[in-house]
Amino acid sequence: MTEEKWSFKKIVKLYDEILSLQHRAEIKREIRDQDDLFMLLCFSEMLGIPNPVSYYTLELYPEMIEKFHDWHLRMGMEKSPLDGIRCC
Amino acid sequence: MSAIVLALAGMLVFYLGWRYYSKFIAEKIYRLDPDYVTPAHRYRDDVDFVPTNKFVLWGHHFTSVAGAAPILGPAIAVYWGWLPALVWVVLGTVFAAGVHDFGTLVLSVRNKGQSVGTLANRLIGRRAKLLFLFIILILVLMVNAVFAWVISNLFVQFPASVLSVFIQIPLAIWIGYKVHKKSKNMLLPSLAALAVMYGTAILASHFPVLQIDLVRYFGGEESAGLFGLGATGSAFLIWIIVLFAYVYVASTLPVWKLLQPRDYINSHQLVVGLGILYLGLFLTNPTVTAPATNASTDVPWFPLLFITIACGAISGFHGLVSSGTSSKQLNKETDARFVGYMGAVGEGMLALISIIAVVTLFATQADFLAAYSTWDAANGGGLGNFIVGAGQLATGLMIPVGIAETIVAVIVVSFAATTLDTAVRLMRYIITELGSEYKVKSLTKTHVATTVAVGSSAALAVLPEGPNGFGSGGYLLWPLFGTSNQLLAGISLLLITIWLKKNARNYLVTLIPMIFLLFMTVWAMIQQVFTQWATWGSDSNMLLFGFGAVILGFAIWIVLESIYILSSNKDHDNIDPSM
Repeated sequence: MTEEKWSFKKIVKLYDEILSLQHRAEIKREIRDQDDLFMLLCFSEMLGIPNPVSYYTLELYPEMIEKFHDWHLRMGMEKSPLDGIRCC
Repeated sequence: MSAIVLALAGMLVFYLGWRYYSKFIAEKIYRLDPDYVTPAHRYRDDVDFVPTNKFVLWGHHFTSVAGAAPILGPAIAVYWGWLPALVWVVLGTVFAAGVHDFGTLVLSVRNKGQSVGTLANRLIGRRAKLLFLFIILILVLMVNAVFAWVISNLFVQFPASVLSVFIQIPLAIWIGYKVHKKSKNMLLPSLAALAVMYGTAILASHFPVLQIDLVRYFGGEESAGLFGLGATGSAFLIWIIVLFAYVYVASTLPVWKLLQPRDYINSHQLVVGLGILYLGLFLTNPTVTAPATNASTDVPWFPLLFITIACGAISGFHGLVSSGTSSKQLNKETDARFVGYMGAVGEGMLALISIIAVVTLFATQADFLAAYSTWDAANGGGLGNFIVGAGQLATGLMIPVGIAETIVAVIVVSFAATTLDTAVRLMRYIITELGSEYKVKSLTKTHVATTVAVGSSAALAVLPEGPNGFGSGGYLLWPLFGTSNQLLAGISLLLITIWLKKNARNYLVTLIPMIFLLFMTVWAMIQQVFTQWATWGSDSNMLLFGFGAVILGFAIWIVLESIYILSSNKDHDNIDPSM
């Protein structure tokens, strides 16, 4: 491994990282919660909740497949719970 | 004697502890494995589980555990002289706190990053959950009541600090908005906010018109105030109402709006404060005027010293942070030594400088003994003495003493206010959890739970007559803070011991501090509950007797449970077999 050179910029970056670590996680968690809610709205039809705009949200599915996979893993489901979507 | 000698001696022991003892524990006892896949990698989700650089993680760990408590405990404990406090802070950090913080981190890493609360729940059973909830509820209740008084007291004593503290709130909201909505960097705005706060503090200490001095507004200490209280009592009442109104709002807002940016600004203050104090110490070279041991005390140091200095040496809360957030972000298992052990050492350094600031404050030994004449005086004056002493140390950096005192007061108030914010929020969560556990639906509502939390804390602060005058009712329960905190540490040490025993390793390194801690805690409690607070005691107090007896019951239960678990050969299947 090569010896890393220390510069003032790097020290400031390290300092910032130390102090913003817990705050960054909190902000990410909040964003994730919002995303989850959005996901729920988009897939509400499949859960039996009527959704008047499902025709339009259909277009979003290709964009959301990756995120959907992460989501069901996080929710403790190893395989996709929905028949319509085969991500894994 | 020069105080630098004390600081160097303390640092030398910390260094030796880190260099040799923690190495021995890491290699021979916890047997850290550089190839072990840590939860940060296994369950990586980039939110909670994120592999993090060890220096960054150490910084996070240290700033999360350091608050007002490592300053408050030692500043009171020098009542028995500097020697016992120093010895316990130094040795306690090396042999108890380091092992505890480091151990909870490793135990959690080997158990999917679960917290000690969850592990205790699984290991000792559902009763453990109730115990945890109860201990934490009592802890936060008294933290709320005491810290409200502490902050009000600092506002009354150091009126120049008030404006800076208030200015922080709009600044924090502004930063929160910038960061959250516009994804801007937090570093520059928070440094600017800090500069504005300190600038205000300097201005306020020069111009009395900027000092919000309620006692002066009422016409001085001797004047009458509201509701038959004196001017000082009324000032306390107003500050306590203002503080609880503030925490009500702060604890119900989303965290990113106020609490987070506030915490972020305050984290810089820790760095600034430690830097000023240690640099100041080496530049001013003050003399220790306090006695090494103080024989003329009305309360014995043994065993009370060990529950008075809580966070400075060992603290159960560190285990909660170690196993709560730090363990989920550990990149390599071998980093645990640096993060866990050095985190405890950082806290020890804060306690060390707190002791030094107080013992070098007074011109002569007689002055010290006059200020620390009784246990109640030590309790009430400890923090104020720290601030004045720290102000003197800061003069080494050419900072005028008045300004230095104001800045130190701002730092301490900010720490205490952060603790207050978090404690009220925590209390709200616990009340909500109890509400859903016992199916009291109304308690699960945010505003109902917050009202109960704020109302009970305020009532505890204001209604009973405390030892330090009006508003200090929280101090009635304060003796229980140390014991419940040490109990939490005892439970964590018990969990580590069980884990080590199960793996047929030398578990004496955690068993000995556990026995020591529980022995001191139970002894101190028996002494207080049965000879002091009981109806037949010297200082009868039914409130303390009731709470104390319950906590004593829990303590004895834990002792019995640990004897049973450690002496039985039963396999504890609940622990991950891969450990």
